[in-house]
Amino acid sequence: MTKSILIAGTGGQGIQFAGKQLAGTGLAFDKYVSYIPSYGPEARGGTSNCRVIISDEEIGSPVFNKPDILMVFNLESFEKYEPMLRAGGILFSDSSLVNKISWRDDLNGTYYIPASGLASDNGLTGMANVIMLAKMLAVTKIFGRDEFLDHMLESIPKSRAAMIDLNRRAFNIGYSYK
Amino acid sequence: MGKVLMKGNEAVAEAGIRCGCRHYFGYPITPQNEISAYMAKNMPKVGGLCLQAESEIAAINMVLGAAASGVRAMTSSSSPGISLKSEGLSYIAGCDLPCLVVNVQRGGPGLGGIQAAQSDYYQATKAMGHGDLRLLVYSPSTIQEIVTLTSKSFDTSEKYRVPAMILTDGVIGQMMEAVDFDEMVISTPADKSWASCGHGDQRKKNIINSLYIEPEKLEAVVVARFKRYAEIEKNEVMFEEYMTDDAELIIVSYGITARICKSAVNLARKQNVKVGLFRPISLWPYPSDALLNLAKKDITKHFLVSELNMGQMVDDVKVSTHCLKPVSFYGRTGGMLPAPEEILAEIKKILGGKA
Repeated sequence: MTKSILIAGTGGQGIQFAGKQLAGTGLAFDKYVSYIPSYGPEARGGTSNCRVIISDEEIGSPVFNKPDILMVFNLESFEKYEPMLRAGGILFSDSSLVNKISWRDDLNGTYYIPASGLASDNGLTGMANVIMLAKMLAVTKIFGRDEFLDHMLESIPKSRAAMIDLNRRAFNIGYSYK
Repeated sequence: MGKVLMKGNEAVAEAGIRCGCRHYFGYPITPQNEISAYMAKNMPKVGGLCLQAESEIAAINMVLGAAASGVRAMTSSSSPGISLKSEGLSYIAGCDLPCLVVNVQRGGPGLGGIQAAQSDYYQATKAMGHGDLRLLVYSPSTIQEIVTLTSKSFDTSEKYRVPAMILTDGVIGQMMEAVDFDEMVISTPADKSWASCGHGDQRKKNIINSLYIEPEKLEAVVVARFKRYAEIEKNEVMFEEYMTDDAELIIVSYGITARICKSAVNLARKQNVKVGLFRPISLWPYPSDALLNLAKKDITKHFLVSELNMGQMVDDVKVSTHCLKPVSFYGRTGGMLPAPEEILAEIKKILGGKA
């Protein structure tokens, strides 16, 4: 199994956090993993994206342009990356922020989750990334529910223990979202 | 510690500290800033010094001073900054001082871009400053290998009193993958009886210098240095071969590009196309003999050089293989990366109907 995941949005939406959580969980379960962020001027307030590969085999290039899974958190990223999804790929879009849908008929699934709205409605502003991650995992089963959640919660430093419960709640909302 | 997820930039910094380097001199430039940031955070914890100099030139000359006093010293930069360090590196080579310089390459020439490139190959391997000089140049392909080569760089640099460079790029610097520091062989710093440091008048003073006004003396010093270079060429060559045994076409590639080429080799093999990969790990000393041996094999029909520049390594492959077999080139530059499929298409174009 090799899965390439592109996560794209705006700086401050937790794009890099989401990518590192996926790579970190992969590492914990003995997968080959790579993570590479966008860097440079575009990371300063503009678009932010990262590419993650989780594989049973050694990884060649960590950079890819045809992701298996695309997660977008703003319209600009939807417009830029939706056409690049591999045929048979899966799209996850934060529909609170992206008012477009995909017309491609060669995808294996398109999921529109009002993640930012769900987050703010539940007092979890800023945690749309975790809601989206949870939905993506519920669909793709790259990692088991508890595998990922336990790893993510463990990675939260003790000084920010209050975040543990918030992350768990956000994860549960995303995982059970229909 | 076990396996951890780390950026290449962070890993080279951690490896440097583990090697006993306590003197790091930096100056900011994308895409290597995580090295300075890691050093700033972690050097004080081990009683070391991380100093942000006023310029790249100042930083390399601080390395010269620190190395002259006998300590393990290190600096890092990216392409335009490395050009600024070239004068200092020539002086360091002329003073026979060991040190480690990390070049996290970006596109050039000039300010170029900030995405990954390998277009400083000529500079690193042929002309890293004025004068008859060489640098040890290592090219890591993985984060784990960055760690191994950091240790190797300090050791070899001290053994021969020749400066070392880790020539990497923006992708390896920025990407995270698993790295296990427990696998690292921590070296013991070499004897440095030549160091110019305080001794309370207990011995004759040591002088570190690169100025020899009398040509007879300068020639003798340079010739003696080249005897050490010859030893390095004999003993310190590093390379990896992947599926070269029955390969009709051999890709020659290093660093990040070699990873992409390895994927291309795997794609080709699934289609029964006989391709292999030869990956120089030390770019100087260059693995010429191993390449010549491959060129002499009947099965080998063609070499394909692939790197993130306009073909700077092609001549090294031609010279190494005595032009026994044709050498082609496929690369991207300016911060672009080839996809494995692009390299596979090039392989098929070369092998034509035979593939």
